[in-house]
Amino acid sequence: MSVRVIIPTPLRAYAGKRESAEFQVKTVGEALMRLTREFDDLRKHLFTEEGNLRSFVNVYVNGEDIRYLSKENTPTKDGDTISIIPSIAGGSGCGSDV
Amino acid sequence: MVNEMAILRISESLTEKIRRHSRESYPYECCGALLGRDEAYGTILPGTTREVVDLFPLINRRDDSPRNRYSVTAEDVRHAEQAAQSRGLDLIGWYHSHPDHPARPSEFDRQHAWPWYSYVIVSVQRGTPQSMTSWRLQDDRAAFYGETVEILNQVVEMDRV
Repeated sequence: MSVRVIIPTPLRAYAGKRESAEFQVKTVGEALMRLTREFDDLRKHLFTEEGNLRSFVNVYVNGEDIRYLSKENTPTKDGDTISIIPSIAGGSGCGSDV
Repeated sequence: MVNEMAILRISESLTEKIRRHSRESYPYECCGALLGRDEAYGTILPGTTREVVDLFPLINRRDDSPRNRYSVTAEDVRHAEQAAQSRGLDLIGWYHSHPDHPARPSEFDRQHAWPWYSYVIVSVQRGTPQSMTSWRLQDDRAAFYGETVEILNQVVEMDRV
């Protein structure tokens, strides 16, 4: 048994076309680290250069947003599913970025 | 720069729906999801054609600066994915409007984009929709490249008796 990470469609091209990957891990952060270690090209689309999750990238454990749990320290157990869902943002570009 | 090998096909009636949404939302930005099919699903290849088959209009969640920003929550993204799946389609991208700005992606657009998705932008000048363009983010996130928008005339099928 292990933790399953669902790879979002737009990023499957950077993960060998895989729909998901499984890891033996204890936290969400560890799962994301293993995922981006295995598929290095994924990293820049999930994390900033400083190593923080990009602001528009949302991570869920069994449907629960990790922001309301313990963020990347959220513990995982066998059989958990981690999903990564973007929020979509943009705009014409004048004004300050928030 | 437009990559002529990347083509987004969309019917005239769907482009009209996007224009109408952008006109009705003016001076605010409108947004929505593009549902369709990609012949190279899950891969990024030069020379791929994708087709928009349906739209899933969304509410711009940025009520603090809706004139120059749009936002789609993760919950809305899930709904758009479910809408695509229930119609046997894929969520292939997003559209939004740039009120009184050109139909070119901004730096803010780039910072918040993922590759593979098509980002359609329609410029709305003084309330009237103008040019419509489509963009994809480069693999290295450094810039967008334009994709060719092919507008198809609707083929009206006669009812068969």
